Amino acid sequence: MRPFEYVSAPDVATAVRAISDAPGAKLLGGGTNLVDLMRQDVERPTTVVDISGVPLTGVDELPDGGLRIGALVRNSRLAAHPVVRARFPVLAQALLSGASGQLRNMATVGGNLLQRTRCLYFVDASAACNKREPGSGCDAVGGFHRGGAVLGASEHCIATHPSDMAVALAALDAVVEVESVRGTRRVPLVELHRLPGDTPHRETELEPDELITAVEVPASTAAATSRYRKVRDRASFAFALVSVAAAIDVQDGAVAAVRIALGGVAAKPWRAYEAERVLTGARATEAVFREAAEAELAGAVGLPGNEFKIELARRTIVATLRQLRVEGGAA
Amino acid sequence: MTQAPERVSPPVEPPVVDSGPVVGRPVDRVDGTAKTSGQARYSAEFPYPDITHAALVHADVARGRITTIDSADAEAVDGVLAVITHRNAPKMAEAPKVSLLDLSTMAAGTRVNYLNTDEVHWNGQPVAVVVAETLDAAHAAARLVRVQYEALPAVTDFAAAQGDTKPAKGGMMGAGEAKKGDAEAALATAPVSVDATYTTPPQNHNAIEPHATTAFWDGDELTVHDATQSIDWVRKHLAIRFKVPAAGIRVVATYVGGGFGGKGSVWAGTLLAVLAARVTKRPVRMALTREAVFRTVGGRAPTVQRVALGAGHDGLLTALVHTGVSAVGRTGGNAEPVGSQSQHLYAARSVLIQHRTTELDMLPNTFMRAPGEAVGSFALESAVDELAVELAIDPVELRTRNEPERSPTDGKRFSRQNLARVYADGAERFGWAARDPKPRSMRDGRRLLGWGVATAFHMPIQLPADVSVRLSADGTVLVRSSFHEIGVGAATAQAQITADALGVPLDAVTVEHGDSDQPPAPMAGGSGQTASLAAAVLQACDRIKREALALAGKAPGSPLHGLRPADLRATGGGLFRADVPAGAEHAGETYADILARAGRDHLEARTGSDNRFRSAVGQARFMAGFLNDRRKWVRAAIGAHFCEVAVDEDTGEVRVTRWVGVFDVGRVVNAKTAASQLRGGVVMGIGAALGEETLLDPRTGRIMNPGLGEYHLPVHADVPRIDVSYLDEPDPTAPLGILGIGEVSIVGVAAAVANAVHHATGVRVRDLPVTLDRLL
Ligand SMILES: Cc1cc2nc3c(=O)[nH]c(=O)nc-3n(C[C@H](O)[C@H](O)[C@H](O)COP(=O)(O)OP(=O)(O)OC[C@H]3O[C@@H](n4cnc5c(N)ncnc54)[C@H](O)[C@@H]3O)c2cc1C
Ligand code: SF4
Repeated sequence: MRPFEYVSAPDVATAVRAISDAPGAKLLGGGTNLVDLMRQDVERPTTVVDISGVPLTGVDELPDGGLRIGALVRNSRLAAHPVVRARFPVLAQALLSGASGQLRNMATVGGNLLQRTRCLYFVDASAACNKREPGSGCDAVGGFHRGGAVLGASEHCIATHPSDMAVALAALDAVVEVESVRGTRRVPLVELHRLPGDTPHRETELEPDELITAVEVPASTAAATSRYRKVRDRASFAFALVSVAAAIDVQDGAVAAVRIALGGVAAKPWRAYEAERVLTGARATEAVFREAAEAELAGAVGLPGNEFKIELARRTIVATLRQLRVEGGAA
Repeated sequence: MTQAPERVSPPVEPPVVDSGPVVGRPVDRVDGTAKTSGQARYSAEFPYPDITHAALVHADVARGRITTIDSADAEAVDGVLAVITHRNAPKMAEAPKVSLLDLSTMAAGTRVNYLNTDEVHWNGQPVAVVVAETLDAAHAAARLVRVQYEALPAVTDFAAAQGDTKPAKGGMMGAGEAKKGDAEAALATAPVSVDATYTTPPQNHNAIEPHATTAFWDGDELTVHDATQSIDWVRKHLAIRFKVPAAGIRVVATYVGGGFGGKGSVWAGTLLAVLAARVTKRPVRMALTREAVFRTVGGRAPTVQRVALGAGHDGLLTALVHTGVSAVGRTGGNAEPVGSQSQHLYAARSVLIQHRTTELDMLPNTFMRAPGEAVGSFALESAVDELAVELAIDPVELRTRNEPERSPTDGKRFSRQNLARVYADGAERFGWAARDPKPRSMRDGRRLLGWGVATAFHMPIQLPADVSVRLSADGTVLVRSSFHEIGVGAATAQAQITADALGVPLDAVTVEHGDSDQPPAPMAGGSGQTASLAAAVLQACDRIKREALALAGKAPGSPLHGLRPADLRATGGGLFRADVPAGAEHAGETYADILARAGRDHLEARTGSDNRFRSAVGQARFMAGFLNDRRKWVRAAIGAHFCEVAVDEDTGEVRVTRWVGVFDVGRVVNAKTAASQLRGGVVMGIGAALGEETLLDPRTGRIMNPGLGEYHLPVHADVPRIDVSYLDEPDPTAPLGILGIGEVSIVGVAAAVANAVHHATGVRVRDLPVTLDRLL
């Protein structure tokens, strides 16, 4: 790891000042992603601003039944929170399906949202990677890309966003609150991450000097009947090949409300608006689920090593909705 | 060499003693407390006051020449002591030519003389070493060494290189060929046949302890703490490479955190730590990162295999063809002998077994737990399952019907023959009789269930071992031998064997191991360590008992006066008449009494050979004896695996839900550690079946998943309860009846899983690992 300046920020104001003062600064949450990447010489911050002591650690119920989650709440704590478990099971399940117990104890909400891709060529400083070094090419396209995207990718980059939690939050219409020296703003989670286009190095809508302070999850009728289904190469401790976060409210056999987001298939948590459109108001039957899944994946494009994910995504959507209809939300 | 060599421990028919009170029992590890309390020191944990830290710089081309190395920025990093490259490195001698007379000549993982050449032979080869006062400084500076290469054409695509193969050379892993009758012709006319191609990917050992070396020179004397499975090889190899006497080199590896073969050869980390210590004149610690282990320590080679079986409608095999192509490095490595079990396992009337290799510009491969059989059994045992389906014969029945009387390819006798028995036991424990052979016939909700079986087979080796046993007047015993405690419970096993051989309580025995100052032991490999040592320990204990008897025999008042060894049994801390009940008056004497009367404070026996000359001759004789022995007997550990898998019908996810393994491994020395070994092999086999694959980019020869996040070993959630049992009957041809259990249980696991997947889904997967995309 290369030498860097270390700043410990006690509060938000100090932190945002520190990152705006030092171009090339990086925030340190739990450090489980940033530190690894620094060791691999992929991240080379000049200054590391440690925010692990900033008191953004509350999980508070909002008057309307929603939740406000501080950016430094640890993943394991959020997953265990009684309100999350009872009213937003999809979020608890997504968190618990990620990484390992030790990592979740360290990982923060803000860090989880902004963790970088696990593309094998991104983390190997000797490979060509447009995300790491704009214009250098993309070794993943002709190489190993089992983890690669089938939706919204470009010839310049096929990386996926690895977070499980973010997929659940996308399905829950979460909003991210961001702070900088210029003030506070709110960004819908589904707009936080960008698709690669020809600028895969620009991964989010945030400026480098912005700090995530909180995530707000609005109340919803569907959320109580929600689930996270993660398909992966081993039973635990592996990233999603495909994941589905789904929440559904079925009234008299018809879909009154539905939210679906997909993970492992795109550079962002992929909100399945097409599938939702097909489902809303329709009968909650297997045939309709399949139709919805087909509609969502209609534009998917695969490469030899990840083409299977298109059918896998369809099947996982159907399976998750079926399970919700049969068993409800709790795991 | 005219002088008569000293007799070394005989490989055949050593003294077989009755199983005593502690051999076989599930006693706790003698080093359990040291390990669980952090007292046991591993190679990277030895404190030296002026320790320095080393880090490697790896090439990122597969083949080429270094044109420039710019180390100025690295040298400028605070705390950096040296950046060693081929420009400034002291010369090391070349690796020796391999000779069967001295097995240590096989120690080198590769012919590449690191940092003594500008040539690059694989993507990841070390091209520089940075030594610094701190680990962080060493790693930071290593990133700053800028190397440029003239890239040369390289062959790095195993699939594309299938057109360019040659017959396998014999070697450490012993890729044998066999031919009996005209198997191809028999195949063509067989009433029922299967003929298919199977592939297995490269794999890496991934022991929990990454390779680490701490090296320290004092003049021409060298001390090395090394995570190794072969202390003696390391010592001899370093003596050659650094041109110093082996006697001045001390290699210490008291505890090693797993090896699986990956710590059997001498790899870059060890050599370069020693080289760096030479340069800096300071103690150097080289604790490899997981990535550096992947890039500098060979793994299991990828294979492409063909298995073709022909049979009559009665299921009896008329033809068995098993051929394989595996990759070797251009600078080292051996053929993966995939057909080795196929020479002995089933009674085929005609047989053809062949191994070929193709050279790649890659890090040389090496042995990994059950080289050959681990992946060869995937092809063979899958094919047998395919044949069972074709014949509509139960796969257990088909295998037992084909159990041979004698080894089909060479007519050798089996030292034990229990295939039918282990299958019968396993079937009973598993409930196999309830199986409906139709694929997709069993389910659990949305999950398809499948049951599969496969045979485990492994021939343990035996090597010469030196031990010393010292019996003190206070009744305590000290056993010394530089063997390897790589996590298997080796010291515990030898303590148990010694306790019974001398008839002393287990806690009277102390075992010292893992230090070249002790009598030399063989490498921990080939499932041979326990039996090899047992032969030497038994012989040493025998000598001690004879000497004690001789001392007692001289004393007219001794109850042992006039008795012969055959009249006695060792028990109760001494020698007692075998024909009277234990505890009877005047039936014998304790060692303490015998030694006290004789005025001796100890008796000591050393077995094996120690000086260099004798050791070479002794080894040659031993090898001759061992090979001769192998000419007579097929001595194999075997087993039957039964498993259940559940396959998600929607997603194709495969989970192993149940496992029963029944083994015949000869006598079991410690029921607890043996069960761990057998279970561990199954776990590792599940890894190979479902997840493990080293991703070698065919364009660049670079390993793209050099870490445990992306190299998918099984995690706890992937492993069901594993029911292991064994026959526990001594093998009449092996020391103490011990066969060796380190490898057998991985063999057949991947096939059992794939066979169960076929039963669950109707899909036959012939390429490992069985990932879900193959089942959609
Ligand atoms: C072996 C392994 C397996 C894993 N498996 C999974 C998995 O299956 N599923 C999954 O979802 N994740 C997985 N992870 C990733 C893990 O979830 C992330 O590393 C973790 O969530 C990151 O959180 P952190 O607080 O440690 O982030 P950090 O490492 O501290 O930061 C990550 C990034 O976010 C930025 N950042 C941090 N906090 C803020 C903030 N408040 N505002 C703005 N920027 C911020 C940092 O500057 C940095 O760029 C795995 C990780 C590992 C190492
Ligand atoms: S897919 Fe994206 S992250 Fe991966 S190598 Fe290509 S550009 Fe880099």
